[in-house]
Amino acid sequence: MIPELGHFALILALLVAAVQGVVPLFGAHTRDAAWMAVARPAAYTQLFLVLFAFVALSHAFATQDFSVVYVANNSNSQLPMMYRLSAVWGSHEGSLLLWTLILSLWTAAVARFSKSLPEAFAARVIAVMGLVAVGFMLFMLFTSNPFERHIPALIEGRDLNPLLQDPGLIIHPPMLYIGYVGFAVPFAFAIAALLSGQLDAGWARWSRPWTLVSWSFLTLGIALGSWWAYYELGWGGWWFWDPVENASFMPWLAGTALIHSQAVTEKRGAFRSWTVLLSITAFALSLLGTFLVRSGVLTSVHAFANDPARGLFILVYLLTVIGGALTLYAWRAPRVASPIATTPMSRETFLLINNLFFAVAAATVLLGTLYPLVIDALGLGKISVGPPYFGFMFAILMAPVVALMPAAPYVRWKTDEPGRVAESLWKPLAIAVAIAALLLPLYWSGLSLFLLGGVLGGCWVIVGTLWYVVRRFRTRPPGRFRLLPAGEMGMILAHFGVGIFVLGVTITNTFSVEQDIRLTPGEEYELAGHVFRFETVETLDGPNYTATQGTFLVSRGDDTVAMLYPQKRRYPQGNQMMTEAAIEAGFTRDIYVSLGEPLSDGAWSVRIYYKPFIRWIWLGALFMMAGGFVAAFDKRYRRTRAAAAEHAAPRVVEQGTAPQGA
Amino acid sequence: MWRFLLPVMVFLAIAGFLYAGLDLNPQLIPSPLINKPAPDFDLPTVNDPARRISRKQLLGQEYLLNVWASWCVACREEHNVITAIAQSGEIPVYGLNYKDTRKNATRWLAQFGDPYVASAHDLDGRTGIDFGVYGAPETFLVDAAGNIRYKFIGVLTPEVIEDEIWPLVATLRSTPAAKAEKPAADKPRAEKPVVEEQDPAE
Repeated sequence: MIPELGHFALILALLVAAVQGVVPLFGAHTRDAAWMAVARPAAYTQLFLVLFAFVALSHAFATQDFSVVYVANNSNSQLPMMYRLSAVWGSHEGSLLLWTLILSLWTAAVARFSKSLPEAFAARVIAVMGLVAVGFMLFMLFTSNPFERHIPALIEGRDLNPLLQDPGLIIHPPMLYIGYVGFAVPFAFAIAALLSGQLDAGWARWSRPWTLVSWSFLTLGIALGSWWAYYELGWGGWWFWDPVENASFMPWLAGTALIHSQAVTEKRGAFRSWTVLLSITAFALSLLGTFLVRSGVLTSVHAFANDPARGLFILVYLLTVIGGALTLYAWRAPRVASPIATTPMSRETFLLINNLFFAVAAATVLLGTLYPLVIDALGLGKISVGPPYFGFMFAILMAPVVALMPAAPYVRWKTDEPGRVAESLWKPLAIAVAIAALLLPLYWSGLSLFLLGGVLGGCWVIVGTLWYVVRRFRTRPPGRFRLLPAGEMGMILAHFGVGIFVLGVTITNTFSVEQDIRLTPGEEYELAGHVFRFETVETLDGPNYTATQGTFLVSRGDDTVAMLYPQKRRYPQGNQMMTEAAIEAGFTRDIYVSLGEPLSDGAWSVRIYYKPFIRWIWLGALFMMAGGFVAAFDKRYRRTRAAAAEHAAPRVVEQGTAPQGA
Repeated sequence: MWRFLLPVMVFLAIAGFLYAGLDLNPQLIPSPLINKPAPDFDLPTVNDPARRISRKQLLGQEYLLNVWASWCVACREEHNVITAIAQSGEIPVYGLNYKDTRKNATRWLAQFGDPYVASAHDLDGRTGIDFGVYGAPETFLVDAAGNIRYKFIGVLTPEVIEDEIWPLVATLRSTPAAKAEKPAADKPRAEKPVVEEQDPAE
């Protein structure tokens, strides 16, 4: 009964979303206040209904209702409660439901926090989000109904994919989706702006905090995914350039370009049509990612069951939403193109370069991801584009970004003196070079252009950013201690995070040591100054698996560093084997042991990794995420809302918070 | 003006490739095993662990090998189709019970009916891996000389059987010469089929 109620709630939600997508739009067009007023209640109702459906599906999982096909496919009577609940989004149908739930959460949030926007503008934004939701609900109801029954009920469920039975996977998809789907907000703002022709600095200011929050969640989601893949897949890698990973990375790249381009539109009123295009692109790439993952056009380690009918539906949906948005853009954007009055030496130029590189990076990933498909479609055979392509392209594309990033905040808007910029930059640059040179003996053994560039770049970003903070405080009025504006703090945190990240990637990639060896209990192996002693192997019973567990004593000199317990688990329900690596995590290195196959004479194949600085990769990502959140809560966004309440079309040009350097 | 049209045109080009990608997918993934000898296997049957079933035993006849499992919901959907083929008597259908427990597998057969001559119990999925199984259900057509002639991924439909499998079976049976020559032309295996041909008689 409850699954049917959930199904019914989903149908109602679709109808409400259709009303929410159409009525306020007409209202905004005809200036009819009553029609526009439908938007907010509809958004709240939709949230309630989708939430109801989501809870109904969770209930079916919690109570082990194997008459629901989706539950039977993704759960099992032995499955612990925690994973039963996270199994709700463990596969296709439930992921879509989560997607839709998050979209309605964002819509309700926009409805709640847009009181200060002009009524017609808010109505359009909420309506566009309603239309986006309509497509997803249609998709779910027609091709991927999570509430479908199978009568008679199955005796036993098939079990959740053991890969997904992990705490990391409980939080990774929701965070990722919050980020992904959050780009629907700037998208809706862009469409509303195109429809109304109101594409000024105020518009950029309204949509900016939403973009920042989405971007931060996406950053967190990607970092969690990378961390999960690192410890769960048992390969010791942190990024695989897998199509599914690329699907989340492309919107991130476009989103990074977008938050920088919005800065220019907000502060200077420039780059308007470009910001609109990026808003559309970021969301288009989110949808494309969903298409790639869900249609089965590309296969990867993450994607399981796929269905061409679903693919066709998403493709039609993409054509409608993205094709429609871009057509609207082609039609309306020429009117709002902004005259750019700027000089080559200005912060605008630096941000333009940022945008250029991030857009090219997103296009590179898109190309690399679609290339095998294109080759196949042209009948040239089947190929795969691997990490070498992406790694090489990224090193090349990100080098100028890293080189220019710390400098950009020092440069003034509109125009600046090259001499003045150089004068303020030479000291941090000299310090960074000095640090990189002093550390040279430490990394001499692995020296390469990549390593030298990476260490120098990382130091330069960190020193340049910290130097900027010091200078900002020095030039403030003495006596009173005040924090920097949140927007600026956020920028500093995020840039600092990039520095940490660059160092982490460079050092991990160069100095990681990996060894596949054959060990019998009692034997020892030495790697990277550590002795690994294989003590014993034993068998353990987990809640829904049996595990073979090895015990390794890791020591360095006379000190015991860690006891590690890698496992091989067998999940009897689907009869799948999982490798659970044991990791001793540290600030400057990880030690990673995973158990391979049993060999003859009681020996095992054992994989040992020594990974220096790998934590810095995720630490850097956390700094970037924190930066985005901090920046989103800048006071000026609230201030503009107050201002917007007074003027229907605020046109804020400069509001003093722009860091001017000197 | 044109530069504003560029994004939508780029997008349409991508959409075109995505559309083409939909058609390429996923059942046409060519199996490298087509027209090659089926991988060797020797497994206990589901219904009776004491009995074994192997590639050698099955030589000398065309047969379908259907990969199924009790955890596979799509296999239930396919079950009627498999039963219909088995009842037609045209070709024997063997099962490969993939990554399944014997208890669940026998219960499944008891509940839905057992269309298979016998099902090999591939507990650890090793044979499935040798056959390049992506998931269940999948169906292989093996000829009398033990070569894989056709592979289908996903739920078999009556159309697939009418349009693909029956014509292929008819061709195999009408050209016994080709059947006999094929393995002989296959150099490394030149002697093997001869040896194996004798096995069923044992």
